[in-house]
Amino acid sequence: MAAERARVRVDHPTGLHARPAVKLTKLAKGFEASIRLRGLPDGAWIDAKSIVKVMALKLKTGTEIELEAEGADAAEAIAGLSGLVERNFDEHG
Amino acid sequence: MSGTVGILIVSHSPKVAEGAVDMVRQMVGDEVACTGVGGDPAGGLGTDAEKILAGIESLWSEAGVAVLVDLGGAEMNSEMAIEMLDEARRGRVRIAAAPVVEGAVIAATEASSGSTLAEVVAAAEEWR
Repeated sequence: MAAERARVRVDHPTGLHARPAVKLTKLAKGFEASIRLRGLPDGAWIDAKSIVKVMALKLKTGTEIELEAEGADAAEAIAGLSGLVERNFDEHG
Repeated sequence: MSGTVGILIVSHSPKVAEGAVDMVRQMVGDEVACTGVGGDPAGGLGTDAEKILAGIESLWSEAGVAVLVDLGGAEMNSEMAIEMLDEARRGRVRIAAAPVVEGAVIAATEASSGSTLAEVVAAAEEWR
């Protein structure tokens, strides 16, 4: 099972904090795949399903992140999460 | 197991409790039962076991209640309120050793995805 990957930029003014972080984690938890993410260029990988770990990253707006998923619904997970980030977490910025 | 874990925020200040509930609402949404209790019966700063017990009852579901507290008295009075519960339910109310605001948002996020009381409390306590 090859890992699915994607890179997306966090443009939401809040960055990956508070509500955006909660939304990302909740969406990630809905997938079976194991999902991790890291801030680019050299952030450490963390579990995208852990709200504590996502919030602790304190990723500022404008940062690019890399998402990686492995498992049955890995492709949907990557598509779903990248879409959420690209749509600015469904919030009008 | 019906219902999601309820989140009770207990502070010496009613304003702090209310503000924390607002943050949980804004960040996590309304699908998690969350309420705040703060202030002593005379309307000053402090906490009151009876009010905390009422808060627990208002949030009750089979999934149980996670309690977030600020300083000492809040925890002590929350423990007293739990003691007032009947034996069967006492085990399903747990106080999280976590900061009251961050802990509440984290606990509510965990609860909103259907996690158990133990998972909700563990997630809140993970926050350093």
